[in-house]
Amino acid sequence: MEALDILFTASFWVAAIRIASPLIFATMGELICERAGVLNLGIEGIMTVGAFAGWFTVYSGGDLWTGVAVAALAGAMFGLLHATLTVPLGLSQHVVGIGITLFATSLTYFTYRLALPQVTSPPKIEPFQPFAIPGLSSIPFLGEAVFNQTPLTYLAFVTVALVVWVLYRTPLGLAVRAAGENPSAVEAQGISVNAIRIGAVMVGSALMAVGGAFLTMSAFNSFFFEMINGRGWICIALVVFGSWRPGKALLGAILFAAFDAYQIRLQQLSGGIVPYQLFLMMPYALSILALILVARRASYPKALMVPYQKGER
Amino acid sequence: MRLEPKPTPSLGITLLYPVGAIVFTLVFASLLVLLAGASPFSVFFLVAKGAAGSQFALFETLTRATPLIFTGLAVAVAFRAKLWNIGAEAQLYIGAVVTVVLGTGALPLPSFILIPLIIVAAMTAGALLLLGPALLKTRFGVDEVVTTLLLNFIVLLFVSMLLEGVLKDPMGLGWPQSQKLIAEARLPRIITGRRLHYGFVLALVSAVIVWIIMKKTTLGYEMRAAGNNAEGARFVGIPVNRVLMKTALLSGGLAALAGFSEVSGLKGNLTLDLSPGYGYSGIVVAMLAMLNPLGVVVSAIFVAGIFVGADAMSRSAGVPSYIADVMVATALLSMVVAILLARFRVRWR
Repeated sequence: MEALDILFTASFWVAAIRIASPLIFATMGELICERAGVLNLGIEGIMTVGAFAGWFTVYSGGDLWTGVAVAALAGAMFGLLHATLTVPLGLSQHVVGIGITLFATSLTYFTYRLALPQVTSPPKIEPFQPFAIPGLSSIPFLGEAVFNQTPLTYLAFVTVALVVWVLYRTPLGLAVRAAGENPSAVEAQGISVNAIRIGAVMVGSALMAVGGAFLTMSAFNSFFFEMINGRGWICIALVVFGSWRPGKALLGAILFAAFDAYQIRLQQLSGGIVPYQLFLMMPYALSILALILVARRASYPKALMVPYQKGER
Repeated sequence: MRLEPKPTPSLGITLLYPVGAIVFTLVFASLLVLLAGASPFSVFFLVAKGAAGSQFALFETLTRATPLIFTGLAVAVAFRAKLWNIGAEAQLYIGAVVTVVLGTGALPLPSFILIPLIIVAAMTAGALLLLGPALLKTRFGVDEVVTTLLLNFIVLLFVSMLLEGVLKDPMGLGWPQSQKLIAEARLPRIITGRRLHYGFVLALVSAVIVWIIMKKTTLGYEMRAAGNNAEGARFVGIPVNRVLMKTALLSGGLAALAGFSEVSGLKGNLTLDLSPGYGYSGIVVAMLAMLNPLGVVVSAIFVAGIFVGADAMSRSAGVPSYIADVMVATALLSMVVAILLARFRVRWR
C-alpha cells in the first residue's frame, strides 16, 4: 500500500517533472532532426557539451540565461558539424553520430581538465531556483507539482508548444516534415532540402544542449564526468515511442520520468533487500521494452537516414 | 554541390587520403596543445616516445592494443554486414564475467582444457548477448543501435551487482572486485617481466581467422552482400536475416574475447573499471582500418599507442590525457570524410 501512496504525493510529481525536463528538451531536439530525415546519434555528446558550456559560463561569472544561450550555441555548432558530414556529404549517420558523441564528449572532458586542472570535487554554481507562477501555483496538488518548478522547466513545455506550432502550422514546418518524407517534393517547391536539413539538425542540437545544461544549471549545480549517463540514448527511444509526434513524445518523457522517480522511491522503500542496481537498470530496460512494443506499428519518416542528392530519383 | 564517382584511382592516391586524415588530426590536436600552453612538437615527441620510445613502452602499447584488436574485429565484422553493434562494451564485460565464474576454482581442470573451455563459454555468452538485439532488429524492426547502447548500461549495472553480491571477493577488503583467477585459468606472459600476454597472440590469430572468413568463405561473401545491398542480396537468394544472426554471433563472440583476455591475461580479476571504453574505441579502430580485419591490428596498435603515449606525455607535459580521446575521435571523423573524398569528386554548382 505504501508503494502506491507515493503516486499521490505532490513531491513525487515535482520530482517526475524535474526528471522529465532535460529529456523533453533533448527529445524535441532529436525529433526535429529525425522529422527532417537525419538520425542524430551525436545527442549524448551534444548534451555533455551543453551541460559543460552552460555551467562553465555561469561559473566564469555569466548569468544563468547567458549560460543557456551559450549551451544552445555550442550545441548548434556541433549540430553544424554533424549536418555538414551527413547532409551534403551524405556520410553514414550511424558512424558520424557516434563519432560526434565521442568527439564532443572527449573535447568537453579535455576542456574541463584544462580549465580546472587542480579540482578534486567539482565546483558549484548558484543554479536556477523554483519560481512559483502566481495564481496557478495555488491550485491544490497540480499547482505544487507543476507550477512551482524552475524557469527552465517551463521553457521545456513552451518548447514543445513551439515545436508543435512550427511543425504543423507553418510553411517552414511543412518543409521540415517533407524533407523527412519526400525530399524531391521540397526541391520541387524551390526549397533546398540540404538547407532545411542542416537548419533542423542545428536547431535540434541546440535543444539537446539545453537539455544537458538543465542538468548542471537546474537539476544539480555542478558538472561531473559521465553525468548524461545514457539520457541521450533514452531520448532516441522516446522519439520512436512517441511515433515522431511532439505531443506523444512529451507524454512518453513524462511517463518515463514518473517511472524513474518511482524506482528511486521504491529503492528507498525496499531498504536494501533488493540490489539497488536492479532499480537503476529499469529505465534502460523500460526504454528497450517501449521500443519493442511500438516498433511493429512505428511509421518512420520515409526519408530518415536517406541522403538526398539533387536530380537523383 | 553534388558528389560524382571518380574513376578507380591508383593505390598510391587511395592511400594519400587516410594520410591526409591523420595529418588533419595532428593539426587539430596541435591547436589544442597550443591552447593548453605547450609546444605541439615537444608534446607529440613525448607521445611518440611514450608509445614506442623504449622496449617497455612498445610492450605497453601492444598490451593496450590487445583488447582493441578484439573489439575492433567485432565492430568490423558487424559493420561490414551493416549490423550496427555499438554494444561491444557490454559483450566485453559478459565475457569477463564468464571468465571469472569459470576460472576462480569452480572447475579444477588443467590449463590446456580449462582455458579453451572458458574461451568457448565466454564467446558464447557474448554472442548470445548480441543475438537479442539482432533478433529484435529482424523480427520487430527495432533499431539495434539504441538497443545495444542501452544494453551497455544494463550490463555494467549487472556487473556492479555481481561484484557487490555473488562474485564479490570475501578477501577484497570491501572493494567491489572478484576473486583472483586460479593459476590454471591465467594466460601466461610472453616475456617475463613484461605485461604483454598470450592474449595478444590470440588476437592476432583471431584477426587472421576473421580475415579468412570475410575474404574466402561463403559466409563472408554473404555478409558483404547483405551489407552492400540487403534488397539485392535477398533477391539473389541470400538469407539475409540468417546471415545477420551469424554476424551477430561472430561479432559478440569476438568482443567477449576482449573481456576474457583482459581478465585472464592482464588483470587476473574483474573490477568495474576493467574497460575504459574499449568497446567504443573499437568502433574507431574498425573505421580507421576501413573494416579490414588485418588492418584492425595495425589501427589498434596505432590507437593504443596514442593512449599509452598520451598518458606518459600528460604526466610530464601537463596537457590533459583526454587529448588522446579527442585525437582518436577526430581521426574517426576525418577518416570517413577522407574515404569519401577518395571515391567521389565534390562538384560545386
